Amino acid sequence: MTAVDPLAASCPLPLAETERVLLGHGSGGQLSAELIGDVLVPALGSAAPAGALEDAAVVPIDGVDVVLSTDAYVVSPLFFPGGDIGALAVHGTVNDLAMRAALPVALAVAYVVEEGFPLADLRRVAASVGAAARAAGVPVVTGDTKVVGRGAADGLYVVTTGVGQRLAGAAPSATGAAPGDAVLLSGPIGSHGTTILSVREGLGFDADICSDTQPLHRLVAAMVDAGGDAVHALRDPTRGGIASALNEIAVTSGVGIEIDEQALPVPAPVQAACEILGLDPAHVANEGCLVAFVAAHRADAVLAAMRSRPEGRAAVNIGTVRDTEPGRVVVRTSVGSRRILDMLVGEQLPRIC
Amino acid sequence: MKYLDEYRDPRLARVLLDELHRTTTRPWSLMEVCGGQTHTIVRQGIDEVLPPGIRMIHGPGCPVCVTPLETLDRAMAIAARPEVTFTSFGDMLRVPGSHTDLLALKARGADVRVVYSPMDAVALAQQQPDREVVFLAVGFETTAPANATAVLHAATLGLTNFTMLVSHVLVPPAMTAILDAAECEVQGFLAAGHVCTVMGWTEYEPLAARYRVPIVVTGFEPLDLLEGILMAVRQLEQGRFEVENQYARAVQRTGNGPAQEAVRRVFRISDRAWRGIGTIGASGLELADAYAAFDATRRFDVGRLTAAEDPRCIAGRILTGLSVPTDCPAYGTTCTPRSPLGAPMVSSEGTCAAFHRAGRRRPAGAAVSGGAR
Repeated sequence: MTAVDPLAASCPLPLAETERVLLGHGSGGQLSAELIGDVLVPALGSAAPAGALEDAAVVPIDGVDVVLSTDAYVVSPLFFPGGDIGALAVHGTVNDLAMRAALPVALAVAYVVEEGFPLADLRRVAASVGAAARAAGVPVVTGDTKVVGRGAADGLYVVTTGVGQRLAGAAPSATGAAPGDAVLLSGPIGSHGTTILSVREGLGFDADICSDTQPLHRLVAAMVDAGGDAVHALRDPTRGGIASALNEIAVTSGVGIEIDEQALPVPAPVQAACEILGLDPAHVANEGCLVAFVAAHRADAVLAAMRSRPEGRAAVNIGTVRDTEPGRVVVRTSVGSRRILDMLVGEQLPRIC
Repeated sequence: MKYLDEYRDPRLARVLLDELHRTTTRPWSLMEVCGGQTHTIVRQGIDEVLPPGIRMIHGPGCPVCVTPLETLDRAMAIAARPEVTFTSFGDMLRVPGSHTDLLALKARGADVRVVYSPMDAVALAQQQPDREVVFLAVGFETTAPANATAVLHAATLGLTNFTMLVSHVLVPPAMTAILDAAECEVQGFLAAGHVCTVMGWTEYEPLAARYRVPIVVTGFEPLDLLEGILMAVRQLEQGRFEVENQYARAVQRTGNGPAQEAVRRVFRISDRAWRGIGTIGASGLELADAYAAFDATRRFDVGRLTAAEDPRCIAGRILTGLSVPTDCPAYGTTCTPRSPLGAPMVSSEGTCAAFHRAGRRRPAGAAVSGGAR
């Protein structure tokens, strides 16, 4: 390794001015949004998607609403309590399709493998992809495999692309949340992110926590069945946690969102881990829950439908959509005041004490 | 959650608030010393539900914020060396030095790692005998015992590739400096519970008597803070100036003896520069002569670096409670968590970052009190 000259940078505002990609650019927070909005999408020019950026795109083909999504999975470690990179790659893409009320029709899977990666681990991941796809009821119809030299990748990356077909009767969109909507959350938050952190850093919380990775398309089907077009917007709060998901919807839909801090379901081990590390559970990643914006007159019916499914057994109403303070997410605190729930700027970093 | 939900109960919060409203007959200004307490107060909006006359002044207790720019520049200079594995708590990685920060250095190839304990850094030094492992040891009396223990452990192991860049600060001298300031408006303190877990509160007794200020050792949960504020206001209303302990579940009067002993063995008290405030006599810890071999500034010869703050940053006024973040012309405009001018906007415990995260806005057209002076 060569020396890095710390004094060579020209500006005293390093975070704003850096010309290199930081880990925080992949955190799902403000830096990620800037990378996409300032660099990646403008580069597409006239080929850029029209309208809001969604988890999955609706592509009408011969009168059929085909839904398309792609995602790359780079999790470390590859195996963790509650799942592995293979299951995650299937669930993540199935869920991105589901957030547009689509059932998955087919998946494509690409593996990027580092030279020297244990074949036994690759078999284990491939078997997990198969098991997750079978359980979700979606075939893997094509794929790709690349091997890169030792040191050119961190073991194994998995990329999945999914095609789905939209359910009749609902067209949820990130732009769809409307004043008066109930904000429904399908289950507890924070388990996936704290599990990964615990296993990766050897913190020893993993005996109490496991990832919540699971497919959500059947839950969404039940919600659409109960709520129809009253289901205005859906988002699975993955990277950046529920704080990012709510802020994205608030900005994209041009509405204010008010949630009750006491109503947010945070499992005790997750709360404990977050307390120790100085993290906010609202910023921690999830892989098996969704947040839904549903017209008030159908909110109870949709909540009941959610609770009838195992994925939504612990579903709760966490707040409402307002026509005031558009683009802002406000939390009612335990002492009765209100504060803004903001997106994370960069990487979540543990506090000193 | 057991032992946590009890301290966030909205009904008990209401009871304490009602009692505080009944107790308060006139305005009082209280300072919470610790950044963790500032975090809770702002995050929970506690200052917004207090009786109108009760003003919370946010103190200098964010260890990240008060770490001098020179120390950060030394950290960058050391971390950039090819033979060094530089370790730190996560909070320190985003703090800007004069030219860059540790995360940006990492992106440019430096071996910078987050650790959760200084013992992790010692373990790294054991595992990598051909690398120089450096730990950035910052913080108040709270983190000093663990850092002292890490040095003792490294000495026992005979490690020659482990060093610390030490920038420890002590709370009581800072409180004294604040009370001695001509503009001081602080009438009572909430002392930092974690610091007192280690040090107890005997050091505060002469302070409370000499300056006639109530000092309440206080925890970090919403109910802790509400009760601490209530106890301090009761003293002020009754004309009492004592040290009281709200955080009885964690703190004893004489603190943790073995932890204090480890600190005494490894460190010695020194004058210390506080970022944004200046040098306060006998307010810091540095490695004692017997452990000088573990001093990273000697190992890497970076002791002479000097640095200048961004003149737009009013961190010193913020950290001593003379201004609030929304007084600053740069707050929320040129200075945000995305592009911080000074440390209080970087650290999650920093007052400016806490205000910004909670969505506190600078009143449009408001007169600016306490600009860049």
